[in-house]
Amino acid sequence: MVHLGKADRRRRLTSAVMTSLTAGCTLLAVGLLLVILSYIAWQGIGSLSFTFLVDSPRPVGEGGGIGNAILGSLVLLGLSSAVGLPLGISVGIYLSEIGKGRFVGVVRFIVDTLTGIPSIVTGVFIYAILVLPMKHFSAFAGGIALALIMVPIVARTTEEMLKLVPHSLREGALALGAPQWRVTLGVILPAAASGIATGAMLAIARVSGETAPLLFTAFGSRFFSYYMDRPIASLTVQIYNYAISPYDEWHAQAWAATLVLMTLILGINIIVRFLTRKRF
Amino acid sequence: MLSPTGNTGDTIFRGLMLLVALFVVAIVIAMVIALASDSMLSIRQFGFGFLTSSQWNPVKGEYGALPFIYGTVVSSLIALLISVPFSLGIAVFLVEQAPHYIARPVGFLVELLAAIPSVVYGLWGIFVLAPFLRVHVEPPLARWLGWLPFFQGSITGIGLLTGGIILAIMVTPIISAVVRDVLAAVPGSQREAALALGATKWEMIRVVLVNGAPGIAGAVILGLGRALGETMAVTMVIGNRPQISASLFDPSYTIASAIANEFTEATQDLYLSALVELGLILFLVTFIVNGIARILVWNVTRKTGGVSRAA
Repeated sequence: MVHLGKADRRRRLTSAVMTSLTAGCTLLAVGLLLVILSYIAWQGIGSLSFTFLVDSPRPVGEGGGIGNAILGSLVLLGLSSAVGLPLGISVGIYLSEIGKGRFVGVVRFIVDTLTGIPSIVTGVFIYAILVLPMKHFSAFAGGIALALIMVPIVARTTEEMLKLVPHSLREGALALGAPQWRVTLGVILPAAASGIATGAMLAIARVSGETAPLLFTAFGSRFFSYYMDRPIASLTVQIYNYAISPYDEWHAQAWAATLVLMTLILGINIIVRFLTRKRF
Repeated sequence: MLSPTGNTGDTIFRGLMLLVALFVVAIVIAMVIALASDSMLSIRQFGFGFLTSSQWNPVKGEYGALPFIYGTVVSSLIALLISVPFSLGIAVFLVEQAPHYIARPVGFLVELLAAIPSVVYGLWGIFVLAPFLRVHVEPPLARWLGWLPFFQGSITGIGLLTGGIILAIMVTPIISAVVRDVLAAVPGSQREAALALGATKWEMIRVVLVNGAPGIAGAVILGLGRALGETMAVTMVIGNRPQISASLFDPSYTIASAIANEFTEATQDLYLSALVELGLILFLVTFIVNGIARILVWNVTRKTGGVSRAA
């Protein structure tokens, strides 16, 4: 047994203390997550019922539900996916397969910084270019705002997934005489399809929690609606409006709506994790 | 000559993809133009005074952005002050210490914190965090540190401190995810060299941290960018009062929450224009902050081919 000097013992003590502190930080973060999630479940489950899920909002004291908000969120997600996914995947193809030299770096930089632009600013932008000319709030404007948030996320995951496809696959297909568009669409894209699909699902999960860009684009509504040119309800805006209201009943409904929203978002995240566990 | 193969289908395909990429770049340019042109009225009326005036009174037609800038900066700084040590701790634990079978699931749980929507943090902030701070945190702060101007005044649980803490929780998963990538990109030989020289585990980690310092700075700036633009959660707990007060217990207002709160109320053109100008300021600041962060992180992770997990 080597005899340790005083300085050595202090160094080892410092090391032990600091390394256990880092474990403490991690434990706190995970603990916080579990506290938040279980609180949502505990608060939300009380007001959850079948009628709550299919009814539309009613005045205080008469119950009501979030059926129109669920429908509205689905409409908004459908529209934003229909616009945002093809655009994002195309940009990803450009970044990985086509772009060369300086310009592709510029596009990648722009796409990355677009990810960091606050969603409320996206809302203001859509308000300026869609809501003002149309002169009223609409589901269309809300869906486009969400699509704009999806594009950079989908583009970057698509690029990364395409880059994981081995080069020999490209070379093999090209050597057989296939033009580049057939190689990309027929060989490379299918090879990366599952990765791109999980990226798309994560983008949908991210966008389904957005509130700020919907406040003055889709605006919100107290009725069932699927019209593109009218204001439409969404889960997140409904949660916000109920949360800042002074009524206990609406607070309870906000928790229940949050439970529904979190089930959707966590569900997507866990499914994606399950599907990708081999790759990472 | 768009296609090296000279195939017509290729020319169309490559042209189409290029067009979409150009479209995305055009959107960013269109954002600047749309925000700038819609805020012209306010820019002409107030000039640079908009940034330095602390009067925000829509009834009198006075619009000054200083209270919002102050609230945004201070709440973001509180968030970084709390979350940076925590994020570093989490990243160090997951990369340097935890065995693989623990690091993976735990890393996933930490990332899940980033999947919780802002409005849900806000709801939790109003009904759980704010009452908790009012009862258990702010009174002791006032008692022990009350001689500082930051911890004076009435205790409500709604204010700058609560906003900063909510932001800290929200940016921690983002900063720690990027720091994890940065640490993973530090070559293993650095660790082996430190250990071979007789360094303890902690001394070895310090070597790794110094090596990844530029990337860590990038991660922190990335977190700052997120904190500056975060809207719903802050709006719900910060109190939304356009004032500049040294006390962290007092209500405040951020740029993002001013837009979220007042945009649909703005009936006069000048009012709306002033709010759009706030949006323009937020856009420019976050664009620059994110740009700096990306460059710093890229320089570290690109060398080893690491890919940033943070969206």
